[in-house]
Parts: sequence; C-alpha cells; structure tokens
Amino acid sequence: MLEACGLESAEQLFAHLPDDVRLEAPLALPAGISEYEIVDFFRAHAARNALGYASLLGAGVYAHYRPVMVDTVVSRGEFLTSYTPYQAEISQGTLTTIFEFQTMICQLTGMEVANASMYDGSTAVPEAALMAARITGRRRVLISRSVHPEYREVLRTYAQHGQLTVQEFEYLPDSGMLDLEHLERKLDSATAAVIIQSPNFFGVVENAKTVAALAHKCGALLIVVFTEAVSLGILEPPVDADIVAGELQSFAIAPGYGGPYAGIIATKEQFVRQMPGRLVGETVDSRGQRAFCLTLATREQHIRREKATSNICTNQALIALMATVFMSVYGKQGLRELAQQNLAKAHYLSAQVKLRFTGPFFNEFVASTSGRSPEEINRALLKQKIIGGLPISRWYPELEHSVLLCATEMTRREHMDEVGRAFAPVAAVA
Amino acid sequence: MITKVRSHITQNELLLFEQSSPGKKGYQLPDLDVPAVDPSTALGAANVRAEIEGFPEVSEVEIIRHFTRLSTWNYAIDLGLYPLGSCTMKYNPRVNELVARLDGLAWAHPYQPESLAQGAMEIMAHLESALAEITGMDAVTLQPAAGAHGELTGILLIRALLEKRGNPRKKVLIPDSAHGTNPATAAIAGYAVENIRSNQRGTVDLAQLERIVDQDVAALMVTNPNTLGVFEENIKSIAEVLHKKGALLYMDGANMNALVGIAQPGAFGVDVMHLNLHKTFSTPHGGGGPGGGPVAVKKAFEPFLPLPRLKRVRSKWTFDYQLPRSIGRVRAFYGNFGVIVRALAYILAHGGNGLRNATVDAVLNANYLRRKLEPHYDLPFQAPNMHEVVFSDDRQAKYGVRTGDIAKRLIDYGFHPYTVSFPLIVRGALMIEPTETEAKRELDLFAEAMAAIAHEAETDPELVRSAPHSTRTSRVDEVTAARRPVLKWKPESPTVKAAD
Repeated sequence: MLEACGLESAEQLFAHLPDDVRLEAPLALPAGISEYEIVDFFRAHAARNALGYASLLGAGVYAHYRPVMVDTVVSRGEFLTSYTPYQAEISQGTLTTIFEFQTMICQLTGMEVANASMYDGSTAVPEAALMAARITGRRRVLISRSVHPEYREVLRTYAQHGQLTVQEFEYLPDSGMLDLEHLERKLDSATAAVIIQSPNFFGVVENAKTVAALAHKCGALLIVVFTEAVSLGILEPPVDADIVAGELQSFAIAPGYGGPYAGIIATKEQFVRQMPGRLVGETVDSRGQRAFCLTLATREQHIRREKATSNICTNQALIALMATVFMSVYGKQGLRELAQQNLAKAHYLSAQVKLRFTGPFFNEFVASTSGRSPEEINRALLKQKIIGGLPISRWYPELEHSVLLCATEMTRREHMDEVGRAFAPVAAVA
Repeated sequence: MITKVRSHITQNELLLFEQSSPGKKGYQLPDLDVPAVDPSTALGAANVRAEIEGFPEVSEVEIIRHFTRLSTWNYAIDLGLYPLGSCTMKYNPRVNELVARLDGLAWAHPYQPESLAQGAMEIMAHLESALAEITGMDAVTLQPAAGAHGELTGILLIRALLEKRGNPRKKVLIPDSAHGTNPATAAIAGYAVENIRSNQRGTVDLAQLERIVDQDVAALMVTNPNTLGVFEENIKSIAEVLHKKGALLYMDGANMNALVGIAQPGAFGVDVMHLNLHKTFSTPHGGGGPGGGPVAVKKAFEPFLPLPRLKRVRSKWTFDYQLPRSIGRVRAFYGNFGVIVRALAYILAHGGNGLRNATVDAVLNANYLRRKLEPHYDLPFQAPNMHEVVFSDDRQAKYGVRTGDIAKRLIDYGFHPYTVSFPLIVRGALMIEPTETEAKRELDLFAEAMAAIAHEAETDPELVRSAPHSTRTSRVDEVTAARRPVLKWKPESPTVKAAD
C-alpha cells in the first residue's frame, strides 16, 4: 500500500505537518493489553462498586428488570454498528424501529408527535424550554422546585446567557404538590412556559390539568417532565401539556452510573416544526412500497446551521431501541401490571416508615426520619447490604430529616421490612 | 461485475401494531410478595389512566422475529466498509460491550454512596487522564453526552473565561468548511456567527483572519484536520493571531482519529476542544447514538468546568461540588458512563503505541484510496490529506450524475455510501473516510466499485441515477415525507402498500 502511495515509510504520510506541531515522544500511556486482561481490569473495578447490594434509590434512576430480549436485540451488529440512518434504502431496520418508537411514545404520553430521542431527560428540559420560547416569542420560564434538582441545574446552565430567564416556584409543604397560588402570582404575559414534573422529584403525582389552565390563561405553554416512565403504565397521561419532556431510563436501560439514557420530547402536531432532534416519517419508495426516512430536516443543524432548532446531532438511537423492545415485551397489559406491582411495593414500603408528604405517590416517596440523621439510618442499612434512601437536604435545606425512598418490582419484601426496623425509633429497636 | 455481494432473500415484516391482537403477551412478572393496592384508592380515580390505546400486544417469538427481520434491512460496519467522512466508522470491539454490562458497572446507581462507587469513579479518572495525555490538554470533563453537547460546553467555558476577564464578546468565527453543529452551538451559547471563507488550499486564510479578529471575537471554532481531511498547517499562527487579540481557539475534535499519537492540540495552541468517543475511541454508533463528547481544556479553564469534578482525597475518589465559578451542569449525573467504559477499554487494548499505529493506518488507508480514485474522480483540493479525502462529482456531473447518485449506486456494490454533499465548500462532494480497521482487500473492492460507477456514469448514466437497484427498498421519496409528514402509525393510516 505504501508503494501504491509512492511512499517509502508510513512516517512520510505526516511529513507535511510542521515540525513544531509533531509529537516527538510516544504518548505516556501504558502498552496495550489483551482481551482477557481488559475483562479482568473492569471486573476488578466493578467489584469495588456496590456489587450484591439491594437498593432503595430512585430519584430519577430506577432499578427495573431488563428483559433478556432487550440486549439480545441491541447486540445485533446491524443495529449496534450502523450510523444515523441518512441512507434510507439500507437503513430501513433502524428507521422502522424509530417510527415504532415515536408511535409508542405518543400512545404513552397522549401527545401527537414524538422525536427519535434526546440525550436524556435532563437535557430534554432546556430543549423543551427553548422550544417554548421559540413558539411563544417569550423568554421567561417558570419551573417548579419539585422538578428534579439536577434537571433544574441543567436548565440554568443552558439559560445562563440571556437566552432564557428561569424562575422557580414553590411546592406545598404538607402535600408536596405544586403551590398553585405561588405559581399564579408569578405567571404573567411574559411567561413562555411553566415546567412541572409528575410524579415530581418527591414522587408525588401532580394535577397537570389545573396548571395547564393557569398557564394557557397567560398564553404560556405547559411542559410536563417525567423521570419514571413506568408510571405512565397506570397514571393518566399528560394530555393537557403542550410539550412533554421525559426520561426513558426505566424502560430496560441499566442505571449504568448515570448513563447513557434516552430522553424524549413529544408535543402537539402544530408545534412539530419547532421541535429539536431527529424525526422519522413514513413515505414510499420508487416502487410504491412503504418506506421510512428521516424527515423535516430543515429544522436541523446540518441544514440550517446557526438557525437550527437545536445543535443536537448524535442522539440515543440504540438506547431508544432498548426502550422500544421493552415496550414491545410488556405491551399494553404488561406495562399496566408492572406499574401496579411498583405501586403495591412502594405502598408496602411506605407503611414501614413515616411519610413526609400527603400527596398521592407512585413508586417513590419522601420519608421522615423523625429527627434522626438519614446518614445514621443508612449506615445501619448498609451493614445489611442495603443501600437506603437518598437524603435530599443538599437540594432542600428545609427537608433536613428526610430521605427519598423508592421501590420497584425488583424490591423484595424482606429488604423493605429491614428498612422498617432501621427507621423505627431507637428505643423500640433496643 | 460486482464481486462483493449478491442478492438474497429478506423477510417482509409488518409493524408491531399491525401484528398485535388482544391478550397476546411476551412477558411474565413474578407473583407479588406484598398485598396488591387499588390504584384508584392510592392515586385518586382521576389520576388513573384507561388502557394505553394502540400499544402493542405481541408474543415473545413475534418480538424476536420482528427485530431480527428489521435488523437484516440495515447496513452496518459488521457487514463491511462504512466510509462516511468525519464519522469515523471503525470496528467496534465486542469486549467493550461485555465489560460495560458487568453487574457492578451496569447496575451502579449514580447516587450510591461514594464508598461503594470507587471502581466507577476510578474508571472515569483513568479516562480523564488518558484523554488529557492524548490531547496534550490539562483537564478533561466527561459530562457532555455527545460531540455537539461537548461543543456547547466548550463555548460556555470560553464565555465564562472571557466574562471573568471582563467582556464575553459578541461573535464566534467559523470556517465555511465546518460541521453544522458548530454554528448551531455558537448560536445557542448566545454568540453571533461569522462564517469565514476558506482559501485556495481549503484551509483558514491567515491574512483574512488577521483582518477579522477584533475585540468582538470570542473564539474561532476550527476542525483540525478540517473536513477536507487537510491539516491546518498554520494552526500555531492561527492561535497566535487569536490570542494576541484576546480571542480563543476552539477545536472540534471530530477528526482526532488523524492525530492521536501524532500531534497534540494542546501543543499547537488549542484552548478548548471536544472529542467524540463514538468516533475516535470506537464506541458503537448504534444507529445514531449514544455517544460521548468529553471536553479537554487548558489550565485557565479548569475552574469553570461543569460540576461535579472528580477529586482524589487521600486514597479515595470523591465528587467536588464546591466550584463557585463552574458553568454548572450540562447534564444530570456524570456523563454517559457506559460509553466512558467502552472508550477506556479501547485505549487500554491499544496502549500508547497501538493508538499511534491506528492513526498511521487510518491515514495510510485514506491516502491509498485517494491514489486509487484520483484517476476516476475530480480532486478539487490537492493539499496532502490525513484520514479522509474529498472528491467532487465534477466529471460525472457532465453526464447528469451527481454525488447523491453515485452514493446510491455504491449500495448496489455492497458498500455504505461516503458522506454526500459535505463539506459545503466542495460542489458535489464525496467525502471518504475508510478508518484504520479496513484491510487492503476491502479497500480494493471499494476502489473497484467506484471506478466501475465512474464508467457507468459515462456509458449508462440512467443506471446510476435510478440506483439502488438491488435493495429491498428502492429510492425513497423524501420529498413527500417532508411535505405530508406521517410521524406515527395510525390504524386509519392512508393505505400505502405495506411491505408484504
């Protein structure tokens, strides 16, 4: 090959680089290792994580069972090692699954159109807020303090350069639900969108209908966020929202220390041209057969450059495929049954502790530690190889003696009983 | 004569919704070990939904057949050369999939106690330091989820530093050869975009740059090597011009596969850059993601990096949230950890020398294809190329055959097309990046196919214009798709002739 290129050595390939640019020393990285050693390296690191522990953590990342079918499908090289399906004629596999994904997300959320995925739920929120700003021509968004704190931080980062003004409104200290009066006082004709989460960060189910009415009265849009997609198996979908921004991690996507996950944005048909992200549409090929292709690309960065609706290019196609397989496996009946099991487990767990809020909850809730330090309770649980709930005072100083506890279909009764014992007043334990 | 492929039967397949019938299921849940709860009582009747209308009901065997059949309608790296320019479609090692799925990593919750996450945190620290060495930069954040997300992070970092210096400035300069994500990113970060024209060599015009850079310019976003595959030879002078006026140099690392082990951006004046783990570091593209877009910076930017930051305190890893000057989070949690694991596995497998060898092979493969294709296709920019090469359809256009047609005809020869009509500075561009993982035989077959198509363009242009001919789906009507968007399946959908 060198000869064909008219070269004597491969080094000549780089002869045109200026001398002071070329790296003379080798990279200070160890020599390569074998496949066996690689597996060994990562096994050793994995063993230093919480291997063999039960967990009651939720807070935006949920431990749901992953049907075997999911990895079986996404491990196929035709899905795993293909690129974004620009060449429709040889990408109908990916395109068809995305079309099914978009359809199922619409069925699930009650929206009319859904995109092919966003990076995750947290980045879907600012993308939805920017979309609302484009639609309304306004720049102020109101977000509830009961939206996941890290999602709110991401929104602030995106907003910080004058594109958007972000203001927060309160939750009610007894129910954990939105403080509608506080929201109403803040809403005005400059508000582009109201952003709420349901179930919210405390696990409490919100009433989106009332918020929609308030927002729409001011000409603002309602953005409903979800982090626990399994809840949509039983909860009324957010049909009153104008935009839904969610996280699908619950749909067979491993917690994986925080990612990769898949976010979605779904909306009403009238707003489709302001949507960020890829969209797949149905069409025909030159023989008149049904075919799918990427469409409405004139919204996107590779066509519109600085005037695009977003800078997103890579999305989470393979992760969205995991969710698609998950939705196919559980289907209409299974997703409801799965949601009911989550509901039952969480309510069993809640009976072992003292609830902090009175609002209805799905599979997570805030428990009061009755003046004891959450860390102390969690230390006791760790001895039983149980990772306890998440102390939330780092985001909510007013909720000092509180932990967020979650139960899914995988949470076992004996572990929940253990939680009950750890939360019991010290005297009772003695 | 097409030597790489011959046609074979593929299965037709309906959409899941069209196979659905009431009562079919592909799941089984265990019996509840706690009392059942009435949803209306627990949630309030108004909060409980009716059944999910239209949601599929299918059996397990139908599901596996469905997705397996669909998968056979895809082209993939596992089937052959995938020479998409600037996408770096290299082989994706399978051991990386295995290690990313180890229980202790795949099931780690981002909020589990740090004492029970030391393995995960150390993996991240390993990758941060390896990427710092590869780029010659001082600090790395792994938080951005993809390249464009890394760009946004990088431009926000530049804005933060300039703000601290007293003036965030107004605009970002972007060469006309840049990826579309660059201008889109600058706009989201609140900057005006000024496009600058490339010179005769297809690179940044230094004299022009000197005239343009003033107190309003925050940064230049440059891809190096650029989208023509040409190394910006004046990169050090470019950096000097910018720095002299207080502006900064951002590098889009999409083409880093040409530089690893050969040159370090940190040493040639780059202030901030992103990498694409799904390009240079072999994590699978997965039909469009997930990826990873780490950002590497010089020391001065470190205080502004997204929080939290990994920190070693005595012998333990911890997350530092006390970073008052941080631009904030760009994503929840710590980044696409599963992608981080795969990228580190790739780096460990190669080692320093192996990474450099990969770069050499990538550049050699691209130069080999250049030699093989030059007799048949017009090469508008003659500068030496690195890992990719860009031809134009100038010669074929005379017969009414354009780059998009040649691309579609390549499919009949058993290849995925190159990147079509990009970069924009080449009329009718064919942007070809073979990567290092292709052997000579595959490259020769590709070159033969390209030569044959050039011949067909002269002798039978209609054959090329109406391609592909051998695929189960013929040329797709994208115009109608955009004009009458059908973005989801509906039972009452107008009856287009289904695949079967």
